Amino acid sequence: MELRGYKLPPEGRTTNRAKQKYEMSANRLSDSKINSDLLGPVNKPGRGWYATIIASSLVVLTAAGALGYQFRNGLGVWGINRPVFWALDITNFVFWIGISHAGTLISAILRVTGAEWRRPVTRCAEAITVFALMIGAMFPIIHLGRPQFFYWLVPYPNERGLWPNFRSPLAWDFFAINTYLLGSIIYLYLPLIPDLALLRNKSRGLLKRFYGALSLGWSGTALQWDRLERAVKVMAVVIIPVAISVHTIVSWDFAMTIRPMWHSTMFGPYFVAGAIFSGIAALILAMAIIRRVFHLEQYLRPIHFNNLGLLLLTMSLIWFYFTFGEYLTAWYGNEPEEMAVFNSKISGSYAPLFWASVICCFIIPAPLLAIKRLRTIKGTMIASALIVVGMWLERFLIIVPTLTHPKLTFNWGTYAPTWVEIALTAGTFGYFVLLYAIFTRLFPIIAIWEYKEGLSIEAPQKDASPEVTPRLEGATS
Amino acid sequence: MNTVTEEVKSKKPQWAMVIDLDRCTGCEACVVACRVENNIPTVGPEEAAKGRSINWIRIERYVEGEFPDVKVKFMPVLCQHCEEAPCEPVCPVYATYHTDEGLNAQVYNRCVGTRYCANNCPYTVRFFNFFDPKWDAPLEKALNPEVSVRTRGVMEKCTFCIQRIRKGEEKAKDEGRDVRDGDVVPACVQTCTTKAMYFGNIADPESEVSRLSKSNRATRLLEDLGTKPRVIYLNKGD
Repeated sequence: MELRGYKLPPEGRTTNRAKQKYEMSANRLSDSKINSDLLGPVNKPGRGWYATIIASSLVVLTAAGALGYQFRNGLGVWGINRPVFWALDITNFVFWIGISHAGTLISAILRVTGAEWRRPVTRCAEAITVFALMIGAMFPIIHLGRPQFFYWLVPYPNERGLWPNFRSPLAWDFFAINTYLLGSIIYLYLPLIPDLALLRNKSRGLLKRFYGALSLGWSGTALQWDRLERAVKVMAVVIIPVAISVHTIVSWDFAMTIRPMWHSTMFGPYFVAGAIFSGIAALILAMAIIRRVFHLEQYLRPIHFNNLGLLLLTMSLIWFYFTFGEYLTAWYGNEPEEMAVFNSKISGSYAPLFWASVICCFIIPAPLLAIKRLRTIKGTMIASALIVVGMWLERFLIIVPTLTHPKLTFNWGTYAPTWVEIALTAGTFGYFVLLYAIFTRLFPIIAIWEYKEGLSIEAPQKDASPEVTPRLEGATS
Repeated sequence: MNTVTEEVKSKKPQWAMVIDLDRCTGCEACVVACRVENNIPTVGPEEAAKGRSINWIRIERYVEGEFPDVKVKFMPVLCQHCEEAPCEPVCPVYATYHTDEGLNAQVYNRCVGTRYCANNCPYTVRFFNFFDPKWDAPLEKALNPEVSVRTRGVMEKCTFCIQRIRKGEEKAKDEGRDVRDGDVVPACVQTCTTKAMYFGNIADPESEVSRLSKSNRATRLLEDLGTKPRVIYLNKGD
């Protein structure tokens, strides 16, 4: 089998690296084929896309109705009470901020370390970040008793001389999340510019003006490429500490309090690890669906799922290590207040959820991802779906059992969600799918120029045909 | 017994309460008095069962021993007005803060309702307005004009009857003297049938609360947390 000068190494002598190289180069497609494949979802989204839009819109509308009902009647329509003042609202907040780590962080690390296989993955990941963050960041606002005054957390000059309280972890949250949201939008947007120019060149009428405005007059000159590459490199480095600080600060919402099983020094890294864990899982799911719906089997190949699966396995092991360490120290310390929360999770009323979370995050995914034969696209998809569920449960179990067990036993309480909270939770998933589907309709979900660049790096063409010199793409307007 | 030592820099009176648990009969007169004085809304039995009732002061019961040899003890629990209050630093908008009179103040119209303060209160004495406030007729006609009615979505809690504190301080100022015992009497203290509650300026060594706080019966709730509560319980410990 030979493809443009690339031979499959003889059987038995294939190293992994050689195999990977082959896998990528075997996919050597012509420039116009790449364009039409990757712009396919933008031009002809297909029936599945419309079905997705309709289904997710219905879920979002239901959630919007629930939200309107809540704004009209007050937070009493939720299941929260005294002492469980936070429940699904903050669970969803932590979960979605966690999912947002898929993106930017994974993509930035892969970019910084120069992992070549990242090329078709980065944009899927970066888009997840932006949308998951938007959804996660909604909750601290809609969960307020008086959401209309959320802007009081902004340090703006006012006639009362009032400032936000910079000692409060919630104020830190506000700044961290806004910084991350802004950073990840820039990080999504910068590598999108050459593709926007390509779309501008290929579209007509109103769309041409839309893409034209967004592509900022990109013409593909050497100077523009140089600046873009520098900017992307800087953003990739800058976004990593920002992403880590965001989930650390989210964890400090809990760790800074004096509640049993919240007040833990480990919460920062524990939350960050969990975030990256659930983020990769979400990314694998998104990629598998995109691959199927838009027929991008040539681009999102088993190797991507294999490599991400290995990352996922690493995070699963780290997650288990942190969870084990967290619970073992609580158990060994044997303080009555900690043990009340501990027992409710290990053997009490929250035990079914707790053990479901352990099974979903570790017991099933770890072997599934460790055994090479099972680490297929389907295998990683199953593991990822379980992990997303397991991590949502884990967030819930960090928040609620601690709140139902205050230090003074006569204050103990219970919690059960109402339909409003369940509709809002379902709505977050619907909203995410909706935003993501709209994104794939407007922009190529796989970075076209990055993909082509990868091909030219792999095999610099002697004849320098315009077909595989991606840098010229978009220059001709 | 009493391990809390405090250094008070403020020259203002430092308000504190002493509750003698050995005298408390659990009659709940203080609870009713507080409700009337502070315009506390009624939520109805269904909401109360869900944990939405608001009681700035409440009586907690401890049952000790095995039947039939049991002993019931009562403990009135209210905001402890901690000197090192865990609820204060976590509020992102300074809706709850510490006054120089040692009060843990709650500014209703600054509160955005994050409920973070309530989560960080180890005594669970902070209350959230889940719905618009309402009163069963004819209670709505008996609201105290000196106390603001709280809107939906804000936190509230015991203020040590701040309206009575202000009145007492003004009276002392008019008479050109420092506040003394009897100037300020919160509704619960005034109503206590067995005179189990005392209120006054703990910075004044002559005051009753100051004297009682040095008693070897004096103890504070969850003292080991280092929150330095300004509510002191007297308990023989039998």
